[in-house]
Amino acid sequence: MSVLSSSIARKVAMALSALFLIIFLIIHLAVNLTSLFSADAFNEASHFMGTNPLIQFAMQPVLIFGVVFHFVMGFVLELRNRGARNVKYAKFNGAASSTWASRNMIISGAVILAFIVLHFIDFWIPELNTKYVLGDMSGVLPGEEGYRYFEELQHKFANPLRVGAYVVAFVLLAIHLMHGFQSAFQSMGFNNKYTGFVKAFGKFYSIVIPLGFIIVALCHHFNH
Amino acid sequence: MDLTLKIWRQKGPQDKGQMVEYKVTDISEHMSFLEMMDVLNEGLVAKGEVPVAFDHDCREGICGMCSLHINGEPHGPDRGITTCQLHMRMFKDGDTIYIEPWRAKAFPVIKDLIVDRMAFERIQQAGGYISVNTSGNTQDANAIPISKHNADLSMDAAACIGCGACVASCKNSSAMLFVSAKVSQFALLPQGQIEAADRVRNMVKQMDEEGFGNCTNTGACEVECPKGISLENIARMNREYLKASM
Repeated sequence: MSVLSSSIARKVAMALSALFLIIFLIIHLAVNLTSLFSADAFNEASHFMGTNPLIQFAMQPVLIFGVVFHFVMGFVLELRNRGARNVKYAKFNGAASSTWASRNMIISGAVILAFIVLHFIDFWIPELNTKYVLGDMSGVLPGEEGYRYFEELQHKFANPLRVGAYVVAFVLLAIHLMHGFQSAFQSMGFNNKYTGFVKAFGKFYSIVIPLGFIIVALCHHFNH
Repeated sequence: MDLTLKIWRQKGPQDKGQMVEYKVTDISEHMSFLEMMDVLNEGLVAKGEVPVAFDHDCREGICGMCSLHINGEPHGPDRGITTCQLHMRMFKDGDTIYIEPWRAKAFPVIKDLIVDRMAFERIQQAGGYISVNTSGNTQDANAIPISKHNADLSMDAAACIGCGACVASCKNSSAMLFVSAKVSQFALLPQGQIEAADRVRNMVKQMDEEGFGNCTNTGACEVECPKGISLENIARMNREYLKASM
């Protein structure tokens, strides 16, 4: 892709896909949080998100492209950057000048990718199978009353190993965002008198959003 | 103080190279790091061995020649200084000190601790200049109004001495801080506007062709830079690049 032939174009593309995913996380968490207060509200929201044509056929493909792009580009950049230093230092004190989070985005990113694979196997692929392979768009289990989404959610969070994996993944997401949030703004050339606010808000977002996902998982695990 | 030095020795560009251990004794804490290196070399010469080759020139922190990676950091553990300004009082008796050249594919080792930094020169030649008529009727620079704010920012960017510590400290071997300082110093002044778009495009293109890595905003360069060049310059270069691409 010639558009991405320059290093600055690549970092801006990384930043744009990151900001898109940052906004997506807020929407996803908002739907998840409804499950703590009302099974009906969660069912309604899930059914709407799962069957609305605009979300399913316009926004979902964009989201998948954003996720895949961010991961592929992340790995490509990591490989290129490793190649830019062909002989390693005998001693490299990275901690003296930068944070662990900023130096290890590839590690936190790889854990998040592993989580997304698990997440797809858990929720997304069965969902696609039910709706588009089996053709059941009703959102209702055969022979039962009411929507199935809340029931499925509780079932998934019964297994402590899965909940543990979710918690670890979201801690790594928090670490990823600790650097990534402000970094995305810097990449797009945003570094001015508001940068202090962006950094502070980035820290707040990096803790609150992953913590929200963790709370939802733990609540369903212990209240089941 | 007595020290153990682990120094990268490499006979030439094609040699594989290796870390070699040396002992130095009776080093004064008032010595500069390079004076300590001089003491080491005098000892090596007296024993008939080949002295350690390292870059140095002004020894007062303004030429940008000295370039040692000391104990895992460019220009050593102190801040806002070059290697020649690093004093031995930063170390303790009995310390082991690792001394290595800048490591980047774009900075190949010439000998021992000396690297070839011509990549920076080629980036400068790609656009780090302004076209001024110097045939005798040059306009007085003071006749052009420039805001104090921009003049200060431009001066801060121009403080870059091109030593390459930004590349050496970056886990990605990215040259963005250097290039952004050179882009910024002109982008902030009226004299730099005419070639602004070509400058940033050409300098970034040359930077990429030289094989430097991609910036991931770790901020290590800003911390290790002996001249305190700010990350704001990288953001400015990104803006200039986007503007030039539109």
